[in-house]
Amino acid sequence: MTALLEVENLTKHFTVGDGLVNRLAGRRSTVVRAVDGVSFAIAPAETLGLVGESGCGKTTTGRLVLRAVEPTAGRIRFDGEDITALRERALLPFRRRAQIVFQDPYTSLNPRMPVGRIVGEPIMVHRLAARGAVPERVTALLEMVGLQREHAGRYPHELSGGQRQRVGIARALAVSPRLIVADEAVSALDVSVRAQILNLLIALRERLGLAFLFVSHDLGVIRFISHRVAVMYLGRLVEIAPAAELFRRPLHPYSQALLAAIPTVGDGRTSMFDQPGRLIEGELPSPMNLPRGCRFASRCPQRMARCREVEPALVSAAPNHLVACHLYGDENNGQGAAAPVSLRPPGPEADTAL
Amino acid sequence: MTDAPLLDVRGLTVEFETDGERLRAVDEVSFAVRGGEIVGLVGESGAGKSLTSEAILGLIPCPPGRVTGEVRLRERNLLALDEAALARIRGKDIAMIFQNPTASLNPVFRVGDQLHEAMALHLAEPRPTLRARAVEILTRVGIPSAATRMRDYPHQFSGGMAQRVMIGMGMSCVPSLLIADEPTTALDVTIQAQVLALIRRLARESGTAVLLVSHDLGIISQMCDRVLVMYAGRVVEEASIATVFRAPAHPYTRALIDCLPRTEATAQLGTIVGVMPGLRALPPGCRFHPRCPIAEPRCTKETPALRALGSGHRVACHLASNGAP
Amino acid sequence: MARQLDVEGGFAPQATTAEPTLATGGLRRWWRRFARNRGAVFGLGVLLLIVVMSVFAPVLAPHDPLAQGVGPPLQRPSLDHWAGTDSFGRDLLSRIIYGARIALVVGVVSVALAMAIGVSLGLAAGYYGGWLDIVVMRAMDALFAFPIIILAIAMMAIMGFGVVNVIIAVAVGFIAPFARVTRADVLAVKEEPYVEAARLAGVSGPAIIVRHVLPNVLAPIIVQAALRVSGAIITEAGLSFLGLGPPPPTPVWGSMIAEGRNFIVMAPHVSTFPGIALMLAIIGLNLLGDGLRDTLDPRLRR
Repeated sequence: MTALLEVENLTKHFTVGDGLVNRLAGRRSTVVRAVDGVSFAIAPAETLGLVGESGCGKTTTGRLVLRAVEPTAGRIRFDGEDITALRERALLPFRRRAQIVFQDPYTSLNPRMPVGRIVGEPIMVHRLAARGAVPERVTALLEMVGLQREHAGRYPHELSGGQRQRVGIARALAVSPRLIVADEAVSALDVSVRAQILNLLIALRERLGLAFLFVSHDLGVIRFISHRVAVMYLGRLVEIAPAAELFRRPLHPYSQALLAAIPTVGDGRTSMFDQPGRLIEGELPSPMNLPRGCRFASRCPQRMARCREVEPALVSAAPNHLVACHLYGDENNGQGAAAPVSLRPPGPEADTAL
Repeated sequence: MTDAPLLDVRGLTVEFETDGERLRAVDEVSFAVRGGEIVGLVGESGAGKSLTSEAILGLIPCPPGRVTGEVRLRERNLLALDEAALARIRGKDIAMIFQNPTASLNPVFRVGDQLHEAMALHLAEPRPTLRARAVEILTRVGIPSAATRMRDYPHQFSGGMAQRVMIGMGMSCVPSLLIADEPTTALDVTIQAQVLALIRRLARESGTAVLLVSHDLGIISQMCDRVLVMYAGRVVEEASIATVFRAPAHPYTRALIDCLPRTEATAQLGTIVGVMPGLRALPPGCRFHPRCPIAEPRCTKETPALRALGSGHRVACHLASNGAP
Repeated sequence: MARQLDVEGGFAPQATTAEPTLATGGLRRWWRRFARNRGAVFGLGVLLLIVVMSVFAPVLAPHDPLAQGVGPPLQRPSLDHWAGTDSFGRDLLSRIIYGARIALVVGVVSVALAMAIGVSLGLAAGYYGGWLDIVVMRAMDALFAFPIIILAIAMMAIMGFGVVNVIIAVAVGFIAPFARVTRADVLAVKEEPYVEAARLAGVSGPAIIVRHVLPNVLAPIIVQAALRVSGAIITEAGLSFLGLGPPPPTPVWGSMIAEGRNFIVMAPHVSTFPGIALMLAIIGLNLLGDGLRDTLDPRLRR
């Protein structure tokens, strides 16, 4: 099955401190390697969860995939077409097929536009309906996301956070995209509203065959909505696996640490916080001053000498389960089975638990 | 732990006067915290939990606010004290830490100086002693090279480190009660775990009681001994952690627990229809009745009072009983 | 999530935080808040008075403002001539009423012109950035550096006299502030997610500027405009005072004040009354501008 989205060695470096004053003062600028050689693929109607903590580059990756940010290096292929270097005008067809849902319902909608126009704008830009037919389309979209026809005349500030997020989803759906990048789409919502929106997204993807790149820091949400999960740390992918597999058997020490750190609902007798050694220590190294070798080595409870020297490549440790860790690559003299450059998503027989 | 509670809140009510209307954001909240206990105050945004904790320390500007009721710390009613007396208590008997540590630290002063000042206000010890104490505290909260770091400014600390500094400041005078208002909401998961573990360890070590305000039931379940569930300004359930997760009695509590995405597979997330009512549109009777799956006509007319269901278990619901529907 | 003591929505960002803005139908609410500011209401009254005076001048003025000798020259205020007469025996009150016309027209039109040009420049510079931004803003800096009066004098010297030229001269002086204020807000607004959403939906640059950016930067611009009208009027008065305004015998407050200079001791009313009219207009418009700013600028709310 051909992948819908294929990302190869995607890289984004930000230069910091190269303004005029700094240059005059003779200070060297530093490079922040926000996204550093990330490769993955998403199949049609598949949801890939992209998870990691702040500074890992997941949000930037989501933006890169949509060409909202220009990549420093790497390739992006959508539906077989290389869109990495296309100019804005040539990107218009792509903009119809890939959309975004933002995190903050309070700033993602134009406060001076009524909902109907917000949702209708993409339809008009891409001339997907005759002028007179637009209100009908808008009503259909609003109803699809659980709102009513009347909402079209309201302004964003008259709606609740959950309702605004629904409007954002309707806007994304207006062009009938095949891929949606959800950038922390439920993180700003209350728990009960979050659940409503997640259920809505699942219903929509089933109905419309949507693929998602679901970026989030919340592992519970990721587990719930993703078919496969990719874990990022400091700009690189450290593990990719089907969701159930990752949560059942995380291989990378960072994934293990992440999962161990989530406060799940316990039994009230023992507390995870009373168990020393269970929780990982240390802080993220500065992204401007990356250590040599594995980026996680400074905090890794299982680090070896190699880890400080050589950066591990993403290798296959189990079927459909890739890890970037020396613990799993040593049998090939540290070379590891190099990950195939375009990572095929698993076929229908893989464990995609839902 | 003595029998008399350390903190006894009775009928705490917070109202605001705005545009000619009087809105009640916290409505007759009553609970107690015993010495050394960790109590959780959980609710979604708008439930009034942060206001409750701020009201305890007299941090609500009045006017436009109006705080009534009783907040007894041992035997003294904090609401009846003047600002000077309250200032002596804040930091010493009751300390508070907030969600955003960098907002609580003055950006133009070194961290060590701020820590030192916090202690000097309440402890009558000589400067060198306090300085040494400050280094000791920073080390204890897990800041490496504390002596050097004392001379750094707040912006040089990451979020997690800054929160550790705040915890250090809060615990520096060994308060009887630490109020933590969403202390880790702005932090990454792994850092959050470290910070929470730190709070729990320090509190247990010094016998400090903790009132932990959060919207995250997972955190509450791992940190607290007891929990209070708030909805639209009122307490709807109070129970021990074991009880509330094993047999939640209030429909809202149950629904809230159902909404949590777990790391095991689930097909659909439980949801609660609608949203929490704003202060201007509070429903009559039980405030949860418009969203309640088992609401009866009685619920639309009579406001349920908090009644005891078992030892240490109180619910504000007409229909709840032990092991109920 | 920032914690603010925003009581409106019941501390629940999830619940409807109904604080409608002016453009979104909150007219009545806005008016209530505006009306609480007595100075602003006074200013609004002044503005209305000036408008009425301008529009109905032929009806309100007791005499022809240009007619000389309707009364004895330099006569003090009397029942026939409520404001007295000037050195040509013209009725001062009629001249003041007609003078409101010029003040209003110059004030409003020059600001409108400056706004049209300045806002367009600010939008383009702010949104597109790059060299366009650099070139435009440096040009604005240069313009800004000139005191408006000097600039106006220079332009009048080149262009000659007349109401239209005064309008242009004054307008030029106000382009830079509009460009700056607009650009500053555009820089902030263009980073908002809804603008990015429009970009990612394929909306073109100009369309984004008009549909998404402009409506959201309008409020401070309107406030600027209101505040600048008084500045425009004063500038015009200054120019007229210096003899660079519309040529006599056009009744203009500035030149009327100048005319009365020579008689300041024996007939102070000739300068004083136009002066008072000018002063009231300026104070009133400033108060109106302040009132608008306090109610329209979302940043200053509570």
